[in-house]
Amino acid sequence: MIRGGEVIDRLGRRRVDLRIDDGRVVEVAPSIGPASGDAVVDARGSIVVPGLVDLQVHLREPGVGHVDSIETCVAAAAQGGVTALVAMPNTTPCIDTPELVHHVHERARAVGRCDVMSSAAMTVGRAGERASDIEALHAAGVRLFTDDGSAVMSSAVVREVMERVSVLRGAYVGQHAEDESLVVGGHLNDGEVAARLGIKGRPAVAEEIVVARDLMLAMLTGARYHVLHASCAGTLELVAAARARRVPVTIEVTPQHLSFTEQALASGDALYKMNPPLRTAADRQALRAGVADGSIDAIATDHAPHPDDRKAASLVDAAPGMTGLETSLAVAITELVVPGLAALETVIAAMCWRPARIAGLDRWGHGGPIAVGAPANLAVVDPAESWQVDPAGLATVSSNNPHRGRWLQGRVTHTFLRGRCTWSSRMP
Amino acid sequence: MRHLLGVRGLDRDDLVHLLDLTASFRAVNARPIPKVPALQGRTVATLFFEDSTRTRLSFETAAKRLSADTLSFSVGTSSVKKGESLRDTARTVEAMGVDAIVLRHSASGAPHRLAGWVDAAVVNAGDGWHEHPTQALLDAFTLRERFGTLDGLRVAIVGDIAHSRVARSNVWALHTLGAEVTLVAPRTLLPPDTSAWPVRVTDDLDDVLRSVDVVYLLRMQFERQGAPLVPSLAEYVERFGLTRERAERLGPSTVVMHPGPMNQGVEIAPEVADDPRCLVLDQVANGVSVRMAVLFRLLGAGPLQNAGGGGDV
Repeated sequence: MIRGGEVIDRLGRRRVDLRIDDGRVVEVAPSIGPASGDAVVDARGSIVVPGLVDLQVHLREPGVGHVDSIETCVAAAAQGGVTALVAMPNTTPCIDTPELVHHVHERARAVGRCDVMSSAAMTVGRAGERASDIEALHAAGVRLFTDDGSAVMSSAVVREVMERVSVLRGAYVGQHAEDESLVVGGHLNDGEVAARLGIKGRPAVAEEIVVARDLMLAMLTGARYHVLHASCAGTLELVAAARARRVPVTIEVTPQHLSFTEQALASGDALYKMNPPLRTAADRQALRAGVADGSIDAIATDHAPHPDDRKAASLVDAAPGMTGLETSLAVAITELVVPGLAALETVIAAMCWRPARIAGLDRWGHGGPIAVGAPANLAVVDPAESWQVDPAGLATVSSNNPHRGRWLQGRVTHTFLRGRCTWSSRMP
Repeated sequence: MRHLLGVRGLDRDDLVHLLDLTASFRAVNARPIPKVPALQGRTVATLFFEDSTRTRLSFETAAKRLSADTLSFSVGTSSVKKGESLRDTARTVEAMGVDAIVLRHSASGAPHRLAGWVDAAVVNAGDGWHEHPTQALLDAFTLRERFGTLDGLRVAIVGDIAHSRVARSNVWALHTLGAEVTLVAPRTLLPPDTSAWPVRVTDDLDDVLRSVDVVYLLRMQFERQGAPLVPSLAEYVERFGLTRERAERLGPSTVVMHPGPMNQGVEIAPEVADDPRCLVLDQVANGVSVRMAVLFRLLGAGPLQNAGGGGDV
């Protein structure tokens, strides 16, 4: 039973108690008296939301040289209130066959704690040259086709993939949008900090070029297109223009792009290195506004654990990427809700039912609404609790969470996957 | 000052103090036996991940003239997996008990990371395109010797600014010491955003040459660019080379500098390189004195001040 909380889902906000039995919500009412033997979560002062859905997570499996794994990543997901996630295919080897998709799905099922839907590379070996077996991968359960980590530069290949994706139910193409020829050898935004540090930059225009081309191809083919980790204001303008022409496009942003700018790299700290890079204050402002007005569909973490020795290097030599599964909702509340930039409901929508629908995870019972008969995939969140991020207290083994040491507001206190408690901050 | 990581972030007093120290060590170097016991018992390691015989020799000579012991590590970049190996190598070196590590590395910011890992003083001997502080110090010293002061001196830095650590260090050293700096380069060889730099930027060399005290030519680093950023060598020379004709138009007291090694016939005509107004040999000669000053400042006796520290990366 969850008593005393306020439910927020796509039907609105209401004060109700919930009774859960056999993995499902069995009763929703303003006040439910506990029967003897009921385990009761006291949610007074908290909100109860459908379990969060993360559209972009690097599980590092299959892979070598990583200290993190499906076990640690789904534990991190549970800690962050996430009950379903999309796994990225840029693993070693990369996920480009139905066999590897099944492998990831089976591993994740055996581990439990969080539902995992694997994406797949749209080209064989993520080489960008030959389309992978899109139809077989779709039959294996893949909905997102992406070469994440890099963009497919051949327009002909993207067009072919989009044509094939366009006729497959629920399928969509996602792109890590950076024109390779403009970013090769670059390590941070091509701007003031790059100039000062004497390091080659990765310009925002590299993202805009790929997004613009892909939107044209999506318009041509009718394929559904998803912009992974948008980083700059120009991308939002391109997406808005495409939507005006009824191109089916969705867009996500990471908590780190909502939190930081290129200035975070001024001290040379590789913790803040990622691709696409953190950009200017104006870009961050546009991204925050995009979440607030709903034009950005989703907040996704791009959770990318790296062992400490891959980050303890100069900006040039360090690996790109940050973790964030455990902290994403707290970061969104801290950066957007606390300063009054966005409504709490808007943030929850961007981390819950909107991404669930993009990935097709709504069909797996994620994203709500919270109603009698629905699977009990839930997160209980105290939106007022402040806590300090200590990597030692996070499930991810790697410590490359860029918020480490920070005080954040908003704490996931409980996570339930089909009625089973996968995380409780109240447990020792 | 615990490390010398960069010029950016050093204040005028730091720089003047180092230049004054350089002057005293130049006097030492003029003696028949140019050696002082200032750093006896100290050990200086040179750790070069990038080839540079001249800079390395200059540092090792400086250390030896201060009576320090020297260790020399040469790491072929091809055989080294970057990043991890820097930390491992540094720890190995430190385990041998060194007091200072002089680091040359192709990655911008490598000395700053190193400073976080070791107790030894770290001297940046050039990191990527970022900084080359001892080069800027010896350039400033050479100019101070020539003009008495850098206040109000008009300096044009010409060439491949984007890929130049010499330019990045010199902009801050010259500016902090009072000079007016103009960057002269084609747009393709400028950094993406110099709006926060205390400089004027132009692509008109001939206009700049009309009113300038110092022409600082950068080496065209074809090996660094990785992409053709100038249409052709001939066109570069035509617009940005200090040709004989251009040199003839310079004022009698205007001087020419270059960090070496020079591409004669590209950024500088052979006749100009041999002209007495060209200070290249003075620059080289001052290199050892400057590096003695830096090592003495970081390792020498007396109260260690943590002033400055060397800016950020």
